[in-house]
Amino acid sequence: MLSVKDLHATIDGKEILRGINLDVRAGEVHAIMGPNGSGKSTLSMVLAGNPAYEVTHGEATFAGKNLLEMTPDVRSHEGLFLGFQYPVEIPGVSMVNFMRAAINEKRKYLGEEPISATDFLKLMREKRAIVDLDSKLASRSVNEGFSGGEKKRNEIFQMAMLEPKLAILDETDSGLDVDALRIVAEGVNKLRTPENATIVITHYQRLLDYIKPQIIHVLYKGRIIKTAGPELALEIEERGFDHIIKEAENEGKL
Amino acid sequence: MSALNQYIDLYVTARDLIDAGSAPVINARRAEAFECLQKAALPRKGSEDYEQTDLEALLAPDFGINLGRKPLEIDPSRTFSCRVPSMSTALFFLMGDTFASTDRSYNGLPEGVIVSSLAAAAVKHPELVKKYYGALANTENPLVALNNLLCQDGFFLYVPKGVKVEKPLQLVNILRHETPMMAIRRLLIVLEEGAEAKLLCCDHTQNSDTDFLNLQTIEIFAAPGARFDFYDLEESSARTTRLSSLYLTQGRGSNVLLDGITLFNGNTRNEYRTTFTEPDAELHLLGMGIEDDTRRLDNYTLIRHDAPHCHSNELMKYVVEDAATGAFSGRIYVAPGAVKTEAYQSNRNMVTSEGARMYSKPQLEIYNDDVKCSHGTAVGQMDEKQLFYMQQRGLSLPVAHTLLKQAFMADVIDAVRLTPLRDRLRMLVDMRFASDNSEHDCAACASSIPEQDA
Repeated sequence: MLSVKDLHATIDGKEILRGINLDVRAGEVHAIMGPNGSGKSTLSMVLAGNPAYEVTHGEATFAGKNLLEMTPDVRSHEGLFLGFQYPVEIPGVSMVNFMRAAINEKRKYLGEEPISATDFLKLMREKRAIVDLDSKLASRSVNEGFSGGEKKRNEIFQMAMLEPKLAILDETDSGLDVDALRIVAEGVNKLRTPENATIVITHYQRLLDYIKPQIIHVLYKGRIIKTAGPELALEIEERGFDHIIKEAENEGKL
Repeated sequence: MSALNQYIDLYVTARDLIDAGSAPVINARRAEAFECLQKAALPRKGSEDYEQTDLEALLAPDFGINLGRKPLEIDPSRTFSCRVPSMSTALFFLMGDTFASTDRSYNGLPEGVIVSSLAAAAVKHPELVKKYYGALANTENPLVALNNLLCQDGFFLYVPKGVKVEKPLQLVNILRHETPMMAIRRLLIVLEEGAEAKLLCCDHTQNSDTDFLNLQTIEIFAAPGARFDFYDLEESSARTTRLSSLYLTQGRGSNVLLDGITLFNGNTRNEYRTTFTEPDAELHLLGMGIEDDTRRLDNYTLIRHDAPHCHSNELMKYVVEDAATGAFSGRIYVAPGAVKTEAYQSNRNMVTSEGARMYSKPQLEIYNDDVKCSHGTAVGQMDEKQLFYMQQRGLSLPVAHTLLKQAFMADVIDAVRLTPLRDRLRMLVDMRFASDNSEHDCAACASSIPEQDA
């Protein structure tokens, strides 16, 4: 579904990604872990097409199409979703209007008619239930005045509305208490199908207790230095990243 | 030679005609105005308070004036076919500067309330009009002097003591003529003690390929305990110039809301000069400007806190695009004795292109130390993070831009105290930003106004 080859990217002239290789197939859940500043969020921003970042080398295909040629909204229509680490507040734009615009833009892209008011409200109700999102929040401005946990739940709610092929969840666990974490993780699990895939970016094992990835990557200084099964997450939880970094250094990967 | 001269000459030659088309109380003010104008010079562009407005240039063209009070061929009932189901108003018109009403205009208005042509009121109630006409608008302001010199008619609203007019009043100002035309409008609004009313003014220009000048002076008297909402919505044309000078005085405990909404215009200067003369009064001064193409909007505000314990709250927002120009000059004056004043001023602006210009000049002048005052101004672009977030969810850039511009005006719209108007305004603003076509078409945007008692 997603194939990334030797991807390099810079922000403000500084190279953050220095040769990423990554393959994600339908039905898979990947976790990307790594210390602060290793480039995890940059990778998610670059895949989603944030114009602040410049891809200097490499390629990325998504569902057989050149991802890097698409504008961010087209990537979204093609089925790529990014759950933001810091969801953006948009005062004055109601969640309802925002989601209606998002759904209808996608339908337009797919050559479909706009959604009817009844169907839209039904869809909102249905998807809200997945993350237990209060109907009051849905009528407020996008993320404005939401608590940290509400913002993250709102991200998963939007993901549920848009039904992406590939969801990249950037530190969706940060700032969540145990209960909120469970609700968010359960939401993600409910949305999993054999046809879609998820990339979870996280610092910690605890989210991975709920969302069980098959493949774990360690990102360090803009490269993936190790890829293994779920046992790697437990190893990192116990021993940290240092020994993996040393190992990579010894193997000449850095 | 000053552009003023042609008006002075006109007055000298057409004095009798002007007087004949008006009323003695209004005519009585002309001599003083004439004297003022002979001595006066128009403020130059770039001088204090006129940084962005060139009065000489705006007053220079040779506009026709309907001094003979010929009926203009405007059929308001045909033009204003749009209805807002939830809003019913008592509807009046100024065609150019001639007052008109319909059979239904007065339905449901309480006894004692006067809504009429200013000239007619000046004949029917000379003492009343004489007491207020020109009492507030200062002829040191050349725009006021010019209005006093040539004004023949306008709109008069009088609400007696303790009377509450529940139904919103609506004054639709229409400019329509085949050749360049100037309307000299006068609005005189008097609310006696404890009186309440709401007035919505809507400016429309019906033919967009003719030059128009709307020179208007508005005087509002809010006696102790009065409550008044004034919404002034401009939906004119790119070739319309509007020079509006509003004067307001507020008595003890009065509560006034002034809201200037510039949705479509050409070249507009709005002046708001307000004074708290007695304690415990409250003023909300709101404004919104949506400027694109080469439109220009210059709002000048002066709020005088001459009495203690008064509260003013000012919020002005602009979206300036293409090669348009926005200007805001806002001054709050707090007199030495005006203790416990609360005065807040905020001007926020979104500038979306390199060719667009926004000029902002917030000023606080405080002469005592027992006040709460603040002012702030901000000029910025659209937030990149918000745009990317919206794009990530599938919104194309133009759609994201439109939503952010609509959202930017949300707090000014929310401050409207008349619910049906608030909903309607939200719709009009949404449509204004969503429309690809910057040329304003009254029919298409349904900008016209609800009929009453339909």
